[in-house]
Amino acid sequence: MIDCKADFPVFGAHKGLVYLDSSATAQKPAQVLEAVQRYYQSENANPFRGLYGLSAAATEAYENAREKVRAFIGAASVQEVIFTRNATESLNLLCYSLSRSVIREGDELLAAVSEHHSNLLPWQTAAKERGARLCFLEPDSQGEYTLEALKAALTPRTRLFAIAQVSNIFGRENNIRAFAELCRQNGTLIVCDAAQSIPHLPVNVNDLGVDFLAFSGHKMYAPMGIGVLYGRRELLEKMPPFLYGGEMIEYVTREDASFAELPHKFEAGTVNVGGAVGLAAAIGYMEQLGLEAIAERENALTKLAFEEMSCLPYIHIIGSGRAEDHHGIITFTVEGVHPHDVAAIFDSDGIAVRAGHHCAQPLHQFLGVQSSTRMSLGLYNDEQDIERFLQTLKTIRRRMGYDR
Amino acid sequence: MTDNFYNEVLIDHNLHPMHLHELPQASCSSSGLNPTCGDSLTLHLNIENGVITDGSFTGVGCAVSQASADIMLDLIIGRTVDEARHLNELFSKMISGEMTDQELEELEEAGALQSVARMPARVKCASLGWRTLGKLLDSET
Repeated sequence: MIDCKADFPVFGAHKGLVYLDSSATAQKPAQVLEAVQRYYQSENANPFRGLYGLSAAATEAYENAREKVRAFIGAASVQEVIFTRNATESLNLLCYSLSRSVIREGDELLAAVSEHHSNLLPWQTAAKERGARLCFLEPDSQGEYTLEALKAALTPRTRLFAIAQVSNIFGRENNIRAFAELCRQNGTLIVCDAAQSIPHLPVNVNDLGVDFLAFSGHKMYAPMGIGVLYGRRELLEKMPPFLYGGEMIEYVTREDASFAELPHKFEAGTVNVGGAVGLAAAIGYMEQLGLEAIAERENALTKLAFEEMSCLPYIHIIGSGRAEDHHGIITFTVEGVHPHDVAAIFDSDGIAVRAGHHCAQPLHQFLGVQSSTRMSLGLYNDEQDIERFLQTLKTIRRRMGYDR
Repeated sequence: MTDNFYNEVLIDHNLHPMHLHELPQASCSSSGLNPTCGDSLTLHLNIENGVITDGSFTGVGCAVSQASADIMLDLIIGRTVDEARHLNELFSKMISGEMTDQELEELEEAGALQSVARMPARVKCASLGWRTLGKLLDSET
């Protein structure tokens, strides 16, 4: 049984904190914080450029981190692993570059309606700018996207399909492997947002068969400001750069420039070595605990919360009625109480949950819900956290003047 | 802190708002949006000869925004536009934590929202109705 709260200094700084907002950002273990500090104390220099030992050490630290990520997601080559600021930047990079090379007038771009705004707004913008049409795939009442629905939505014009592996609202895992196969047969590129899946499930780009995959470091126990875009090499090679500047060129004249090899073509400017080192340390930390052990632990806690919540008549859980479909994410409403008030009451009891539309307004519109409250787990949560969450949950209506 | 925050005045105005309804005879209306949560509120006023003779609000929102709008309407109905503007200024002062006790008395029940000054995340909720009022009065004169 995983018991690692002690690895996370934040719980020492805030005694009794129940942190249930890991889907927004995860807390960081000492192992990650120390790795970042070690880098800045003993290896920091501008990588790639300097012809001295320290710069070579920074380059090595950065490239070792890239190799760590490559192995973690099962990419064929480090050339397919591009460091970005976060999943949002990864998806914007991708969209900007594809928009200027692949997306044409009359194309259809298909997005799951539950997508986070970061995997929706870039495509909405690209569609407007290129004269393409943005179409939406809708889930069933349980939050499931079926293969049949995707088959029906794909047309010969569908250039691209954007979908998260795990939705940040439903917590449900989508059948990306089967979707990727369908897209391949249809000549459609598939873009997978793995921001919510990679902290909870093993993610292997080769198994999934996706063309592109994006995620953030900060949701998987790494520092903020480091993220990853994976892309199939033959696709990335044909794509134009996103940002122009230092470190991404081969040769520059007054009139023209040729660009660096992958992945540097997409990494303009001084890169975030400290962040990459932190991400590598976070991967090492997760691997040490064991991805299966993490999933097992989080699923058991999800079930504990879910089953008791299901018995409360005034609680409505969004998405599947089965705990095992939720992967550490339970989004819900409390009858008669606005989610902001729900979150404020949790806060007064030392419990951090998220309230609002969770950057997924079209999904809330589809569900006919204005906003919702979300509790989400990380590998540090334990039974006491769930008990305190449930305890407060049961007092909310009374504290807001109901059932007195 | 939050438990004192959800005091009886706030809870009562949220559960039993007097002014949450349409106002067919309104002379003017204006909408406000809280982008953090997507909540929106529309304020309706009937203004005759510089006096707010009636008012209401419609829309959905959290207890803080709903109660605040309801309390605001209690305060401003029957007052002149200038008096309403003055109260609006006092309210902004209160939620930025810069208010004297005497000024607080002028705000009557709206003083129940004073502790929102200590909760930056909720300032937008508490001021939604008031900001909408400011916009509406500005466009009317």
